[in-house]
Amino acid sequence: MIGIIDCGGANLKSLTYALERIKLKYRISKVWSDLSNSRALILPGVSAAGNVMSNIRKLALDDRIRDFNKPVLGICVGMQVLYEHSDEENKTCLGLIPGVVKKFSNPKLAIPHMGWNMVNFLTSEFEDCSGHFYFANSYHAPIDTYSLGYSEYGERFSAFVKQNNFYGVQFHPEKSSKLGEKFLTKFFEMA
Amino acid sequence: MLTKRIIPCLDVKKGQVVKGIKFRNHKIIGDPVELAKKYSDENADELVFYDIYSSVEDKSVSASWIENIAKNINIPFCVAGGITSREKASEILNSGADKISINTPALENPTLITNLAETFGSQCIVVGIDSFFNGTDYVVYAKTGSETTRYMTGMKTVDWLREAQDRGAGEVVLNCMNQDGVRKGYDIEQLNSIRDQCKVPLIASGGAGCISSFIDVFSKCSVDGALAASVFHNDTVKIEDLKQRLSENKIPVRI
Repeated sequence: MIGIIDCGGANLKSLTYALERIKLKYRISKVWSDLSNSRALILPGVSAAGNVMSNIRKLALDDRIRDFNKPVLGICVGMQVLYEHSDEENKTCLGLIPGVVKKFSNPKLAIPHMGWNMVNFLTSEFEDCSGHFYFANSYHAPIDTYSLGYSEYGERFSAFVKQNNFYGVQFHPEKSSKLGEKFLTKFFEMA
Repeated sequence: MLTKRIIPCLDVKKGQVVKGIKFRNHKIIGDPVELAKKYSDENADELVFYDIYSSVEDKSVSASWIENIAKNINIPFCVAGGITSREKASEILNSGADKISINTPALENPTLITNLAETFGSQCIVVGIDSFFNGTDYVVYAKTGSETTRYMTGMKTVDWLREAQDRGAGEVVLNCMNQDGVRKGYDIEQLNSIRDQCKVPLIASGGAGCISSFIDVFSKCSVDGALAASVFHNDTVKIEDLKQRLSENKIPVRI
């Protein structure tokens, strides 16, 4: 069973339908006792880092997520809140991955960064997933030792990151056609 | 590199996909879920469902067909038509739509854009603008789903574009009405005239007639995507061929 942390923000349906299409079982909850036995957790993120963080804190899930020792996959804003800090509303985040999430700064580029962008995976396990994934983000995480995949929009940024058992994807695998389904299948086989 | 998006638009009326010429004489062309699946299988980048009936008759889209689409396709899609409140927007997004697009309701109540952007995030709030060249200026029309309801707002397109983004629109679809349904190509002059004012992604709409319409719009204007309906529905343009040709013309696309 994969646990989906319901920390507000609409559109968990895109995610659950994607998991159904690749035949993975899941449970959505905001209550830790429903999620604690999951073989992996997904921290979805639509809306803003501030919203997601305050909901996580309100539900007293921050320490629970920190102490979880099986894979956790943050998606989009769900990935950004794994970092120490997000410049979006100047929020302190979970601090599971060192670094700061910043806004795209090239004034010539439309913000949000929206659409299909090339992701190059730097890890052999996911190398054959390199290709176009769907993004919808205004903020991004830096390239550093935690980067397992990158993309480019005026500058290079992290598209796939890992620190210990905490993983994040800046793109939306649940909306990224067959390649997204391949990524999710692979991730949860590994998890 | 971020690729240019090809976006088939499905005009939905009473649960069926329709197409009219210059917004008139709507003809039924198929079932929304079937067409959605066909286009996502053909590598469309995104889909837009525009519920004409909702907007004109003040009725809103039903959540059940949206859920059916979300179950069956694995690319993002946007729903437009008759979204007048946060509650309605929430219902549609919770049914599995990735974005909502608002047009007339935003003109009638601009704070709706602000409310929706604050609640759901700018990335899922698209503002559609129906723009008409009256010989002197580009001006905004409302309620364009039917000829009997449509009216000129008295606002210039560029002013409304600025206000919509200031209020939190995360994307703008500019529908150039003089061009719509007549397949003579996108209104590149108009798109270029507002591109600099538009800080969010800009989607061209209205006028696609053949593959060269798309090559033209992407090579002559820095739009982020191109939306079209009839050329896809009547198979004049096959998305796979289109993307191949765009790629040959050095326009970045997802193949």
